[in-house]
Amino acid sequence: MDDTRSIRFFNRGPSPVSRLIFFCVLSLLLLFVDARYKYLESTREVIAVVIYPFQRLTALPGEMMGQISVYFETQNQLLESNAQLRQQHDLDAAQLAQLSAIQAENAQLRTLQELEQRVDYPMQMAEIVYVERDIFKRKLFVNKGSQSNVQAGQVVVDDTGVVGQVTRVYPWLSEVTLVTDKDHAVPIQIQRNGLRAVVFGSGDIGEMSLRYMPVSADLVVGDILVTSGIDGTYPPNLPVAKIARIERDPAYPFSRISCVPLAGVDRHRALLIVSGLPKLPEHPAATEKSAEPVQATRKLRRRKP
Amino acid sequence: MITDGTKDQEFLLPASTGFIAFSLFVAVMLNWLPWHGWGLVLRPDFVALVLLYWCTHKPHRVGIGTAWVFGIFADVADASLFGQHALAYSILAFGGIVLHRRVQMFDLRQQSMHVFPMLLLAYAAYAVVHWQVRGYIAWEYFLGSVTSALLWIPMTLLLQALRRPHRDPNEL
Repeated sequence: MDDTRSIRFFNRGPSPVSRLIFFCVLSLLLLFVDARYKYLESTREVIAVVIYPFQRLTALPGEMMGQISVYFETQNQLLESNAQLRQQHDLDAAQLAQLSAIQAENAQLRTLQELEQRVDYPMQMAEIVYVERDIFKRKLFVNKGSQSNVQAGQVVVDDTGVVGQVTRVYPWLSEVTLVTDKDHAVPIQIQRNGLRAVVFGSGDIGEMSLRYMPVSADLVVGDILVTSGIDGTYPPNLPVAKIARIERDPAYPFSRISCVPLAGVDRHRALLIVSGLPKLPEHPAATEKSAEPVQATRKLRRRKP
Repeated sequence: MITDGTKDQEFLLPASTGFIAFSLFVAVMLNWLPWHGWGLVLRPDFVALVLLYWCTHKPHRVGIGTAWVFGIFADVADASLFGQHALAYSILAFGGIVLHRRVQMFDLRQQSMHVFPMLLLAYAAYAVVHWQVRGYIAWEYFLGSVTSALLWIPMTLLLQALRRPHRDPNEL
């Protein structure tokens, strides 16, 4: 209490109440502008560039730990993992040979049917810089940004399936919203029978839910959900999730289905960003395009069984 | 012991701007460490705590404006909406400034009981904004305010120890 006085001899500027009101109004104004109009993305980018070195600094201890543990890996472990990888490679090579034959056949069939050819998607490798520190969200940041031509809306995958979608791009970073983020929607198909649906994130790491599926729908535990590619955002036939539990309660019109994401949503360090998807023809009714993931409306959420 | 905290007017060095900035910098770094899982849920908000410490101990040096600026940085780093952390930290700083004389009357344990409702209010401000924009609240988020209030005691002890003058060992 060394510099507080009971009588104010000196002008200390505006009172705390007026300061609080000023900064609260300023915050609320920013909130409103950011939530409604998204005018502040460039400001955000500038600040992000300023704080980027410090963020890298905080990620350093973890990276160092990783490198040190690699250094102390024994020869035995290396031999073991090498043998395992070799085996996996042989297996993959055999399957790849089949795949190229099938691709050629598919291309030929598509030409015969006069359908558009499917293209291969260029992918680029990106490494996770850090995961989101906000428990409300399932997001992470990867080390490729607009400098490497990453664009908002691109899909992020790993070796087993879809991880998420790029939602915001900074010069050297981009923000990836995971498929398990609350109400993040992915249009999917059941691999077994081609049934179309939309799978939603639940906000939990290990869970997703398949909503609004009638009780009579042909679904079995263990069914694989793959992207349908219908919206043009996700390329088709990437595995997304597996059905883990089905509750069919006749009291509700929809059955309650929970799924487990197939991709290591919370496991890997390196991910692939899929780019160069073919542009779909314009939707007849002009819809607003936004970088945010598709959100379920509140009305739908209330009707949730 | 805990009871001898700030009650008996111990002599502290005047806090230099450099020391205040350094403590805030360390708090920001601690907040940005890659926390995840339960660690993230239980993570105390170091920036909020250090801001509150300076607002209660040096209310004319660190005020609502500083808190707001740190809130904006937190918003960019956490990819939350612009002004979400800033609003919460401004409210927290206001609480600290208004109650600074009162809080210093008590010992550390009682101080942390005073600090808890202020932190809860700041956490609630953040959660309410999120609820208004995204439509749901994760209740485990509020656990962070409890751990933050518990951390108040060790953090105050540490900062007070760093501000205490070094005693000359050759002195009688």
